Amino acid sequence: MRLLLQLKQITKVFNEGTIDEKVALKHIELSLQPGDFVTIIGSNGAGKSTLMNIISGRLSPDTGEVMIDGKHVTTMSEHDRARYIGRVFQDPMAGTAPNMTIEENLAIAYNRTVKRTLRFGVTKKRRQFFKETLATLQLGLENRLHAKVGLLSGGERQALSLLMATFTKPHVLLLDEHTAALDPARAQLITDLTKQIVEQHRLTTLMVTHNMEQAVQLGNRLIMMDGGQIIFEASGEEKKKLTVEKLLQEFQRIRGSQFASDRAVLV
Amino acid sequence: MITALFSSVEAGLLYALMALGVYISFRILDFPDLTVDGSFVTGAAVASVFIVGGVHPFVASLAALGAGFLAGCTTGLLHTKGKINPLLSGILMMIALYSINLRIMGKPNVPLLQQETVMTIMAKQFQRMDEALATIVPFVPKTWAVIVFGTLLVVIVKVVIDLFLKTEVGLALRAVGDNKKMIASFSGNTDRLTILGLGLSNALVAFSGALIAQYSGFSDIGMGIGMIVIGLASVIIGEALFGAKTIVRATLAVILGAIVYRIVITLALRVQFLETGDVKLITACIVILALVVPQMVAARAEKQRKARKRGASVASTQADYESV
Repeated sequence: MRLLLQLKQITKVFNEGTIDEKVALKHIELSLQPGDFVTIIGSNGAGKSTLMNIISGRLSPDTGEVMIDGKHVTTMSEHDRARYIGRVFQDPMAGTAPNMTIEENLAIAYNRTVKRTLRFGVTKKRRQFFKETLATLQLGLENRLHAKVGLLSGGERQALSLLMATFTKPHVLLLDEHTAALDPARAQLITDLTKQIVEQHRLTTLMVTHNMEQAVQLGNRLIMMDGGQIIFEASGEEKKKLTVEKLLQEFQRIRGSQFASDRAVLV
Repeated sequence: MITALFSSVEAGLLYALMALGVYISFRILDFPDLTVDGSFVTGAAVASVFIVGGVHPFVASLAALGAGFLAGCTTGLLHTKGKINPLLSGILMMIALYSINLRIMGKPNVPLLQQETVMTIMAKQFQRMDEALATIVPFVPKTWAVIVFGTLLVVIVKVVIDLFLKTEVGLALRAVGDNKKMIASFSGNTDRLTILGLGLSNALVAFSGALIAQYSGFSDIGMGIGMIVIGLASVIIGEALFGAKTIVRATLAVILGAIVYRIVITLALRVQFLETGDVKLITACIVILALVVPQMVAARAEKQRKARKRGASVASTQADYESV
């Protein structure tokens, strides 16, 4: 069986040996098969973001192994690893360059998998391709190729970020609470686009969310994290039958306490 | 007077190359690079020592360009690999280059007056044209060579920069200055791009230093003092006067800014009260003005816009009242 992402015994401790010591991840095991769409929920400080950062290479684990499509990437730098990974961040400003035009941003994203050369980033052929790709967002961005990205709204920027992270078909797509900073209507738009794009390209996806409803609706697998560990996992039929209430009950049963999160949307 | 203005345009063109270098570090990379004060002299030192040693002036100028590239790369290495703050990496490199420049020159000042330089070669090439123009134009400069050669060179460098910043590598370089997190997530090596950018920036600065040394007939250990502020002044004046909406526009603005700066200094020094030693103070004042005035103009326009709106709404409520 081909595994696109494998995490083996990942452990990460911050400020080890000091009074501020915090175990962020404890012996995490996770494998993603091609086309898996995994949603991750968990309270604040559960280790979700640390996990994303370890996969993308921003942080390196204390122990354990990260493998992408069978390759050991644990010691590979963030930018080299980016050849296999598409990422969308929580902050809509983080995924795009504001003082560059839409087409220039797309050209940068285009080069994620191809070595950069001294050829022009935006060619006639590519511009046509960018136009067609942008049209799938149905936001009219295809008519604003020369507009600076800083002029777009938060929702438009996040839609563009999502497109930029996915149109080069990454081995693994990491979505880090990418709808959290948007108002409900825009968040819904990005959620719908995410669903559409992931299905269209059959992308292997890992999505962190604070929105339980979203976690239950999207994807074929769900993971709940707490205290740096995966405490609950559901997939296939079991995942389909999940509801927010059932999830909360599960959490109480396992942890014997209320699901504590000031940011979790329980509705 | 006209002769003074003429030579300030000449110098402005040659300094414009330095300003373009500063534009790359400050605006494109968003890296306040103070290496400039040192690398400008490095360029002058390398070129003049080579010329005195009998190397062809063109080759000597290109060697200066290479030396500046290395100096810039070193600053980049200090910042990216040594994790030293940008300002401090530049300052460290600037102070280190002072000693290196002294070593290169062997003494604080290398005269080039009797040597063949890029400028004398150009003047020879232009002799015919100078003679022909002398009969037509009433005002007679010593030679048109520097203006024509300088313009040509600056335009070529500008076009090359404009084109480079549109290539795949160029776009990545711009993204480093715009959003580091983003370019890293699209497999851009931010360290390598920063080093490259600073190298290119200081290559231009050193090249400018080499040409200025040949233009003024000497290189001097102190000729780079305050160079970064002059570069910044050119960038800021240019952007304020000519706009910076696109790269093509911005690079043109920087070149014109460098020329305007020289002209302003020349005019200022004609004021009886001011002395040559006041140049740095005048420069500082120009930069401050160029930074503050556009803000004040914008604030004033905003105030007027609001006042107009308020006036309009008062008028409309009055109209409502009257219609009732």
